[in-house]
Amino acid sequence: MTCGTALLSLSHWLLVLGISSLPHPLPEISSARASLFRVPTHHRHTLPSPSFSSNPSTPLHSCKNCKRIFSDYIILYSLPPVLLMAATIVPAHAAFFGAKKEIGARASFSPSISAHRCRKHALNKVLAVMSPTQPSRAPSTTGSVKHGMTMTEKILAKSSDRSKLEPGENIWVNIDVLMTHDVCGPGTIGIFKKEFGKNAKVWDREKIVIIPDHYIFTSDERANRNVDIIRDFALEQNIKYFYDIKDLSNFKVNPDYKGVCHVALAQEGHCRPGEVLLGTDSHTCNAGAFGQFATGIGNTDAGFVMGTGKLLLKVPPTMQFVLDGEMPHYLLAKDLILQIIGEITVAGATYKSMEFVGSTVESLNMEERMTLCNMVVEAGGKNGVVPPDETTFKYLEGKTSLNYEPVYSDESAKFISEYRFDVSKLEPVVAKPHSPDNRALARECKDVKIDRVYIGSCTGGKTEDFMAAAKVFLASGKKVKVPTFLVPATQKVWMDLYSLPVPGSGGKTCSQIFEEAGCDTPASPSCGACLGGPRDTYARMNEPMVCVSTTNRNFPGRMGHKEGQIYLASPYTAAASALTGYVTDPREFL
Amino acid sequence: MATTLSSIQAPVSTICASSQRPHCPTGTQSLLFVSKPSNYTIFAKTSYSFKPSKIRPITAPRATPSSSPPTTFHGQCYVLGDNIDTDQIIPAEHLTLVPSKPDEYKKLGSFAFSGLPTSLYPIPFIQPGTDSTQYPIIIAGANFGCGSSREHAPVALGAAGVRAVVAESYARIFFRNSVATGEVYPIELEHEGVNKQCTTGDIVTVDLERNVFINHTKGKEFVLKPIGDAGPVIDAGGIFAYARKTGMISSVV
Repeated sequence: MTCGTALLSLSHWLLVLGISSLPHPLPEISSARASLFRVPTHHRHTLPSPSFSSNPSTPLHSCKNCKRIFSDYIILYSLPPVLLMAATIVPAHAAFFGAKKEIGARASFSPSISAHRCRKHALNKVLAVMSPTQPSRAPSTTGSVKHGMTMTEKILAKSSDRSKLEPGENIWVNIDVLMTHDVCGPGTIGIFKKEFGKNAKVWDREKIVIIPDHYIFTSDERANRNVDIIRDFALEQNIKYFYDIKDLSNFKVNPDYKGVCHVALAQEGHCRPGEVLLGTDSHTCNAGAFGQFATGIGNTDAGFVMGTGKLLLKVPPTMQFVLDGEMPHYLLAKDLILQIIGEITVAGATYKSMEFVGSTVESLNMEERMTLCNMVVEAGGKNGVVPPDETTFKYLEGKTSLNYEPVYSDESAKFISEYRFDVSKLEPVVAKPHSPDNRALARECKDVKIDRVYIGSCTGGKTEDFMAAAKVFLASGKKVKVPTFLVPATQKVWMDLYSLPVPGSGGKTCSQIFEEAGCDTPASPSCGACLGGPRDTYARMNEPMVCVSTTNRNFPGRMGHKEGQIYLASPYTAAASALTGYVTDPREFL
Repeated sequence: MATTLSSIQAPVSTICASSQRPHCPTGTQSLLFVSKPSNYTIFAKTSYSFKPSKIRPITAPRATPSSSPPTTFHGQCYVLGDNIDTDQIIPAEHLTLVPSKPDEYKKLGSFAFSGLPTSLYPIPFIQPGTDSTQYPIIIAGANFGCGSSREHAPVALGAAGVRAVVAESYARIFFRNSVATGEVYPIELEHEGVNKQCTTGDIVTVDLERNVFINHTKGKEFVLKPIGDAGPVIDAGGIFAYARKTGMISSVV
């Protein structure tokens, strides 16, 4: 393969996923002999140039200045030559992107793209050739600074070592955290092992968070086996954050077990402003509430990240949603996001970032902000962001010891569109079957008879969500008219239900209020019936019935039965509906 | 790489345009044009790990803007509406199946589109008692593949024997997963409303070289948007296979 073809193949590698333009012009390569070592920023490496082509037995050379070792294909940092020669498999993290401890090592990593195909035989180990990190160029040299960047653009720029980028560009992004769970973990692990080798090591054992949460409390053998698969992998790779569960009969005796991944990520301090978080789950966008870039990916992409710590991402343009006005006491963040999705439809934000700003957003606590960002994907959005502030920093106190750097949209940033809402004029809404954008006012659905209510999931099963429901039950003082299922997202939420006093209740806990209202006992924390799951999942819809739910999707069959009818709603609306047996506006009680 | 033929019901043929694939492999692949569904031998993917070997041109693939995967798909189509989400493509209860395990990959295929409401879609995508589909081509409306990011969705389609989805538009995670896995070609239509002019069971051709979609039964032609650079990636068998094929990743031990 000639040098020219090698480069064109590189452009193919970059141009995946329907992308049409190169991320950045590639360097001119005039001859096969030209040095293709991209120069890290601190100095130009001095290497014996043509000699490596003449001596196949010594394919490795060290820079006279820094002693770093180079090969035709990759740069290996700080590994003694003897290890390189002897190693049958170069550990992915060391080989590709430098030892974790080296400051800026990953930032300045730049593999060479060698044209010496004849040399290929000398290096037959695990080698990944990646696109070179583009060198930072001061805006003044490009002469193209006409506007600033949005938050999403800035976060991606920072994580790809670029000073500037535009929506539509494809860039290699360094990933700060990769999350997977019991449903997609086994598939991701399978791909990782198949592509990087069964003895390959993950890029960073501290940056992968494995959270079993989807199909946990079930007798389904495959589901149980899947938890075993991710446990085996976590042990084998010495994964630092694996929230294991072994005793399925009693979640409380599993001290490591957390529950729903997105809520656990937040509660355990894995969400930090300015970072990039990817997860094998579409609601990973939930973490955007912390002012970071967070989005969902599939098993194959995750397998790739597992081995390399990078992913090729396309920079999305940003839609700005300005929410101003005092939040009425009968509205919650769920109403706001359902309002927005109803406005722009389920494809209104496809490939775009959704930025939420305004006085109302600033008044929301972290859990409410999470609800807002959680459903960005239901509008097709790639990610959602809320600017971090004191509320964010306070929440993070004591949860993480890592430093983080908040990032904010520039004054002159360009947004692809802007939507403004006067929140004080909004009313409680629901999403009628069978689409999250099938918006209607709750009060207009008061004749819809319902069969059950479900309060749970990453969207509506957090502590604040249960507090909200408890407030409605407290205000009513009556009992529910339909089975009301409560599934706390995590162990922490479950404990809050049993310990935190509900304001205005004279010291009662949520659990007491729920019991007095005749709700089901709060269940074991997990994703539960939000997505149906195995047949024996608690609260799964196994017959056609009408359900008001605080979850995130109501497509046909979402909670189990294909003819089931799901009305998505806020916890206020869900509780109010449970009390009447019909879809009910919470102002009936609040 | 082992190449096996599976004799299944889907009446599809993959025709390799002669200009780019001069060497027809002998013995392992047969190219037959559709006439009677019952006499079909196709080389569908038999399992996730084993792709049928493709004909490789002598020279390495060149990335030029005008090149597109030299592939045509032909057979019966299955027609869907807008916003077909991944729960309908593969209901959540089947997500305990791990796509990277060959036997479970096949099982996933048998459940493809089992989430479609029968009131709207009375014709089953997969005949009861069988585990793959007669419909290698899907015609859909807008926002195909929305909802959950489950990669099981394009995998189930590929495992069932789907070769191409022709839709007005796609949700981003589904599109990305389709290309990364190489399981199905996610092709976009130039215009809206095509699915309303097609009926499940129509015989169609998807021509990725001419970027045209022909409904032979209805006697209509529609324009496709070029698949672009995602094509070679899917053609190679997904992101990793493509990276290996083009020398971007050397073989892994």
